[in-house]
Amino acid sequence: MSSMHAPDGFMSVGTAVATGAVSMGTVTMALRQAKYQLQDKLVPLAGITAAFIFAAQMFNFPVAAGTTGHLLGGALAAILLGPSVGAIVVTIVVVIQALAFADGGLTALGYNVLNMAVIPAYGGYAVFRLFRRWFPKTTGGVISAVGLAAWSSVVMSSVAFSIEWLFGATAPVAFDDVLFAMVGVHILIGIGEAVISALAVGAVLASRPDLVHGASDLDRRQLADTKVRTKTFVIGGILVALVFAAVVSQFAVDSPDGLERVAEDTGIISSASDHVLSNSLFADYATAGISNESLSLAVAGIIGTLVALSVAAGIFLAVRDKPVG
Amino acid sequence: MSARVVVTGLEFAYPDGRIALRGVDLTIEAGERVAVLGPNGAGKTTLALHLNGIHEPSSGAVAIDDMPVKDENLAEIRRRVGLVFQDSNDQLFMPNVGEDVAFGPANLGISGLDLEQRVTQALQAVGGGDLIARPSHHLSGGERRRAALATVLAMEPDVLVFDEPSSDLDGAGRRELVATLAPLEMTQLIITHDLPLALELCPRSVIMRQGRVVADGPTRELLMDADLLAENRLELPFGFRLETSPER
Amino acid sequence: MGAGHSHALYVHEHSPIHRLAPEAKIVAALGIVVSIAVTPRQAIWAFGLYAILVAGLVTLSRLSLGFVALRLLAIAPFVIFALFIPFIASGETTEVGGVSVSVEGLWGMWNVLAKATLGASVSVVLTATTEIPDIIRGLGVLRVPALFISIATFMVRYLELIVNELGRMRVAMSSRGYDPRWISQARPVASAAGALFVRSYERGERIHAAMLSRGFSGVMPTFGHRDVERREWAAIFVVIACAALTSAFAFLTT
Repeated sequence: MSSMHAPDGFMSVGTAVATGAVSMGTVTMALRQAKYQLQDKLVPLAGITAAFIFAAQMFNFPVAAGTTGHLLGGALAAILLGPSVGAIVVTIVVVIQALAFADGGLTALGYNVLNMAVIPAYGGYAVFRLFRRWFPKTTGGVISAVGLAAWSSVVMSSVAFSIEWLFGATAPVAFDDVLFAMVGVHILIGIGEAVISALAVGAVLASRPDLVHGASDLDRRQLADTKVRTKTFVIGGILVALVFAAVVSQFAVDSPDGLERVAEDTGIISSASDHVLSNSLFADYATAGISNESLSLAVAGIIGTLVALSVAAGIFLAVRDKPVG
Repeated sequence: MSARVVVTGLEFAYPDGRIALRGVDLTIEAGERVAVLGPNGAGKTTLALHLNGIHEPSSGAVAIDDMPVKDENLAEIRRRVGLVFQDSNDQLFMPNVGEDVAFGPANLGISGLDLEQRVTQALQAVGGGDLIARPSHHLSGGERRRAALATVLAMEPDVLVFDEPSSDLDGAGRRELVATLAPLEMTQLIITHDLPLALELCPRSVIMRQGRVVADGPTRELLMDADLLAENRLELPFGFRLETSPER
Repeated sequence: MGAGHSHALYVHEHSPIHRLAPEAKIVAALGIVVSIAVTPRQAIWAFGLYAILVAGLVTLSRLSLGFVALRLLAIAPFVIFALFIPFIASGETTEVGGVSVSVEGLWGMWNVLAKATLGASVSVVLTATTEIPDIIRGLGVLRVPALFISIATFMVRYLELIVNELGRMRVAMSSRGYDPRWISQARPVASAAGALFVRSYERGERIHAAMLSRGFSGVMPTFGHRDVERREWAAIFVVIACAALTSAFAFLTT
C-alpha cells in the first residue's frame, strides 16, 4: 500500500500546490548535490539504480500468510547511494510512473513525490545515521540500522500522508481515523520493507561493500563482523515502535485516559476553550468528528515535527557529504 | 587512418589490491590485426581499458601514434581508439540506435548534416542501415553487435579494440562479423576465446597470462604449439585441424 | 506478479493525437487535469462536460473505451476508499436506501470519484498515444532539468533488461522449490535483490566506461527534435481553454 500512487482529487488544491513546491525545491537541491557527488558517473549509475528500484517495486514480497507488499525503496536507495542520489532516483521513478505509466494523478505529483520519494529517502537516511551512531560499527550494526531506517521511512511516509489529509482533506473523514488507519497499516508493511532492505544491503556488503555509501566508513575487519547483536536491535526496534504506538493509540481511545487526562490536568487543554488552531489552517473536514481536537492537533504537530526534523536532518547530512572518488 | 600502439611496462592494480597487469610490453604497428588470447583473468580486458585511458596504470605507459595516453590528451585519444565492449547492451544506452551512433561524434563537436552523414555511413559500414530508428533494447544479438560497432566506427577511429566480439553470435553472425571486420583498415586488437576467429582474421597473436604477455608471434605458429595452448588453458575446437584450415 | 508497471501502455495507432508532439500533449494533459482538479465539486454539470471532452479525446486517439476502463482499474483501491467515505464521514446525515450516510461524505465521495476517474483517463490517453522515450523527450523540451531527463532515459532503456534479470532469478529460485509465504523466508528474495543491485551497479560502471570511451565528459549531447507546429499549439490551446473556462465558470457560479 505504501507504494500506492494517489490519484487526482484526493487532496485539496492547496495541498497539491504546497507539497509540489516543497518537492520541487528539495529535488532541485538534491540534483545539484548528486551531480557534485558523482560527476559524470551520475547519469549511468542513477539511471540503472532507478531501473533497479522500479523493477524491485514491481515484485511482491510476502508479508504474512499469503498477503504481499511492495518495496518503497527510498531508504534503501539513500543508504546505498547517498541521500541526494537516492532521493533523485526514487523521485524519477515516481514521476515517470505518473507520466509514462499513468500510475498516480498528474495533479497529485506534489504529494506523491513528497511521500514516496523525498520523505523516505531523506527521513530514512537520517534515521539510518542516527542508529549507526548507536549501533556497533560493523556489518551487523549497519544491517540493523538499515532495517530500522527502512521501517521508519515507511511509517514516516504514512504520517506525512495523514498530516496532508489534516490540511487538505477533500472529505470529512476525521484526521485521527485516517492517521490510525494509515499509520497502523504501514507499521506492519514497514516490517516487510525493513527486512528486505536490511537483507539486501547485507547481500551487497558481502560481495561489494564499496557500493554501500552508508557503510563506507567500515574497514575490512569491521565488515567481516556480521553478527547482529539481538539486544541492540530489539532495543532500537522497541524504542521506535513505542514512539509510534503511543502516538497512534491515543486516537483509538475515546475516553479521556492516559495522555489526554494528563493534558487536561496540566491545563494544556481545556474543554471549554475556543480552539484557535482548529478553524484557521486545517481543513474543517479533517478535524470534524475528532472527540478532542486540540489534543489531536497537538499530537499531529509533534509527530509532524518529528518527520520534518528527520527530513531536514537528512538534507543537512546530504549537503555535508563529500564527492565519491 | 590507422595508428601505431605502443605499450611499455604497463602495471596496474585494482583499488582492492588485486594486481591485474604485471609489466606488459607490446607494440602493434599501424594497420596490424592482432589477436589477444589467454585464460580468464589474464588481464586482457584490463589492458584494453588502458588503451583509451579508462584505467590509469600504476606504472608504465601507452602511446597511440606517439601521443601518450594522459589526462590532457584523453579527448583525442578516445577519438583515436575505439573500444567495442563484450556486452553490447553496455554500449547501447540511448533510446534508439541512431542516437547511440550519433553520441560519439556529437561529443566530438560534430552536428547537423555532418552528424547525420556520419551516422548513416557508420551504420552502412556494418550493414545496419535499417537499424537507425530501432530502440536499442529490442534488437537481436546480431543486430546489437552491429549497432555497437557502428557507434564506435562513427568516431572514425585509428585503432579498434574488440572484447570478445563473437561471444554471442551464431554461425551466420560470425561470418558477418568476419566480413565486416576484414575490410577495415584501422589497427585492430581482437580479444577473443574464439581461436578459429583469431586464425581467420589475425596474422599475429599475443597470449596473456597472469597480467603478462607470455607469447607473441604468428597466429598459426602459436596455435600449432599444443603445449603452449595447454599451459594457457587454451584449446582448439574439437576436430579442428590446423593444417587444413585456410588462412586469410 | 507485481503492479505490472513495465507493461507499456502505448497503443500503436495512427491518430491525430498520436501524431502530436509529446510536449504539446503533456501541456494539454496538465491543463485539462488541473482544470478538473480545481473545479468545485458541486458543479456536476462541469464534470459532465469534462467527461464529454475526455470521451472525445479517447475517440480521437482511436482507443476503445473498454481499453481505458481496463487501465482505470489501477485507481480501484482509491475508488473503493471513496465509496466508503459516506459511511465513515462525519456531519449531517441523510437516508439512502434505508442507510444513514453523511451528506458531506457523499459530496466527498463524488469529488474523489469524479476527479480521480477523469484525471486518470486523461493520463491513460497520454500514455497510450505517446511512447515513453518521447514523453521523456517532451519533458526535456518543457525545460525539465537535462540531468533528470538523461537519468530517466537511462532508467527506461535498462528497465526491461533488469526486470528480465530479476525474472530469471525468480524462475531459478522457484524451480528449486522456493515459494515464500512468510516474511521470515524472505532471505533469498532479499539476497536476490542485493545481487541484482550489485549486477546493475556494475553494469552502470561499464556503461559509464562505454560513455567515456565515446568522448563523454559529463554533458549529454542533445539531438534535434521536430518543432511543434503552430496549428498543433492552437489545437492544444483550444482544448485547454475549453477545460479552463468550464472550470472558471463552475468556480464563479458556486
